Amino acid sequence: MKTKIIAAMGTALAIALGSTAAFAGPTLNAVKQKGFVQCGVNTGLPGFSNPDSQGNWTGLDVDFCRAVAAAIFGDAKAVRFTPLSAQQRFTALQSGEIDILSRNTTWTLTRDTSLGLNFAPTTFYDGQGFMVPKALGVSSATELNGATVCVQPGTTTELNLADYFRAKGMQFQPVVIESFDEVNAAFFSGRCDVYTTDASGMASIRSTLAPNPDDYIILPELISKEPLGPAVRHGDDEFYDIVKWTVYATLEAEEKGVNSGNVDEMLKSQDPTIQRLLGSTPGVGQALGLDEKWAYNVIKTVGNYGEIFERNVGVKTALKLERGPNALWTNGGLMYAMPVR
Amino acid sequence: MAISTRGPGSLAPQAPRRSLINDPNVRAIFFQILVLGGVVLLGWYLVSNVLENLARQNIATGFSFLDREASFAIGESMIAYSPASSYSQALFVGFLNTIKVAVLGIFLATILGTIIGIARLSSNFLVAKLASIYVEVIRNVPVLLQLFFWYAVISESLPGPRQALNPVPGVFLSNRGMKFPGLADDPIWTWVGLALVAAIVGVWLLARWARKRQEATGQQFPVVLASIGVLVALPLLTWAAGGAPTALDVPELQGFNFRGGINISPEFAALLLGLVIYTASFIAEIVRSGIRAVNWGQTEAASALGLHRGEVLRLVVLPQALRIIVPPTTSQYLNLTKNSSLAVAIGYPDLVSVANTTLNQTGQAIEAVSIMMAVYLTISLGISLFMNWYNTRIALVER
Repeated sequence: MKTKIIAAMGTALAIALGSTAAFAGPTLNAVKQKGFVQCGVNTGLPGFSNPDSQGNWTGLDVDFCRAVAAAIFGDAKAVRFTPLSAQQRFTALQSGEIDILSRNTTWTLTRDTSLGLNFAPTTFYDGQGFMVPKALGVSSATELNGATVCVQPGTTTELNLADYFRAKGMQFQPVVIESFDEVNAAFFSGRCDVYTTDASGMASIRSTLAPNPDDYIILPELISKEPLGPAVRHGDDEFYDIVKWTVYATLEAEEKGVNSGNVDEMLKSQDPTIQRLLGSTPGVGQALGLDEKWAYNVIKTVGNYGEIFERNVGVKTALKLERGPNALWTNGGLMYAMPVR
Repeated sequence: MAISTRGPGSLAPQAPRRSLINDPNVRAIFFQILVLGGVVLLGWYLVSNVLENLARQNIATGFSFLDREASFAIGESMIAYSPASSYSQALFVGFLNTIKVAVLGIFLATILGTIIGIARLSSNFLVAKLASIYVEVIRNVPVLLQLFFWYAVISESLPGPRQALNPVPGVFLSNRGMKFPGLADDPIWTWVGLALVAAIVGVWLLARWARKRQEATGQQFPVVLASIGVLVALPLLTWAAGGAPTALDVPELQGFNFRGGINISPEFAALLLGLVIYTASFIAEIVRSGIRAVNWGQTEAASALGLHRGEVLRLVVLPQALRIIVPPTTSQYLNLTKNSSLAVAIGYPDLVSVANTTLNQTGQAIEAVSIMMAVYLTISLGISLFMNWYNTRIALVER
């Protein structure tokens, strides 16, 4: 799209002019000066980042932005959101337009290296799947030879799709549309046989956007690993640490049974780990360059990981997702916080 | 310009000795050097800043990514392409797709625009009014909306492949596109194509010879009949010489979709339709104004000479109108070509779509954007050069 070119040129110009504000010092100083965290999110993916009718953003990705704001300012509302398409997201982060990219972005080697990003711990373990209309009578992804597949461009999804069909020796016809709404419309109008994206996103699309959710099934195969999490610019370790440990703090809190409801009582806990986490024993906050109450503020205003998960994508929401690999390591999942000490 | 105003016969006294500061020529050169220096400095500042910032953020630079495997699929391609091909091949596929839609679009928009433009001048009330409604509605609605409209019309109104419409045997209309039988692969088709090109060249030479002969001797030669003969006979003979293959590649429903035959995808159809209809409305106005600009007296004079209506238009009015029509039409051709980049919104894999994907998969924003800019600049300058050449050719020859 032409606006896209202009945006990209603008970004190039922004990089060219040095974006001095963003790189004047560590990102934290710039953020403190602004008084808010600028966070890049999805343009609308229920459960992960979606604006409601009043323009309030909700979702798992959104909550981690709020958690970072709570850690820095003690106020989960000190965030401004920039909705970004898959195509815009990296240049927006590189050029300093946003401070954190929290937009169901897959952590990959190339992105971690040549794209100049640093990934904070994974906040959601996902995998790419396929959705088809029930009327097609397909029950497995191995039966998709010759299918037409709707996919959004510029994502790992597009690459995994090609890899999967190549590996299985099958053919497919891609329909690549950038706009989220247009690609959904194309699938639901029958332009494609198959829709592919991350399984969680697909559950969200089926439950909230399908004309009749029961007409569509999600095939059992997951064809990739999609660790999704927030990313920051390479080269600012201080800010990277803050984002990283904010995620760990929500996991540590869940593991230790600290949640937004009992966090005040937990201040009096005798458990030394909880004391360090909540700042009753000082030291951790200072190490991060933050207030000692940083983690307390995160948990008090946003909640621990389990609360964030259940509130946005859990079994009681429209997405109805089980914890699965997103359970704590103590419950057989992959979620593991590094020791807060 | 003080020097040139002093004519040879002027009585002005000997010019006083000027200092260099007051010499306008020196001043002009000085300021131009200053501006040029400023531009160069600014450019150097921007480039060095980009490189420094990219290096600081650990972002790779350079065009070496072009040789890497693209690993993404492209919906339609005029050359062999698979996800195992390189980024440069992917970009070339996108480039060819852009060219395809631009060339076809320019061709069709010119025809449609000329028809509508002439229709607006029609003495038939209904025809003239319909043409003006077309122009006013179409050129006042943004082209992006029109693309969405046509794409929605095609993908929503047509049935799925299993219920495809079958208006004529072998032709299938579905939301996967229009499928129709193509000629089965045979080496002779390449030769038939070459024969057709040869025939076109032959016709051109024939027309030239016929005109020269008429100018010299006054004798007319049945050029039209002979041309049709050559155009039909030469490819037909080649085809017959190749064993006259008649095998057709008929589309068949297999699994999810049709196999075989020729396909026009909904994305391509919607883009072409949108661009042609939109641009034609502007061309129509250009054609109308061009024809109106030719004095009515010319038409009357030509009629008085006994020319038919068609001959009046072809020999008297159009040659004069073309001089007015061609330059603004060039702009419309450029607009159509550049608007084809809106393809990304409806999923047609044009250059911008492929380059955007490349940009995103590699993170090479500056490189990808500069490739896009260079390609569009080249295409636009090419169209411009061709149209300028054509404009000079048809320009009023002053003796």
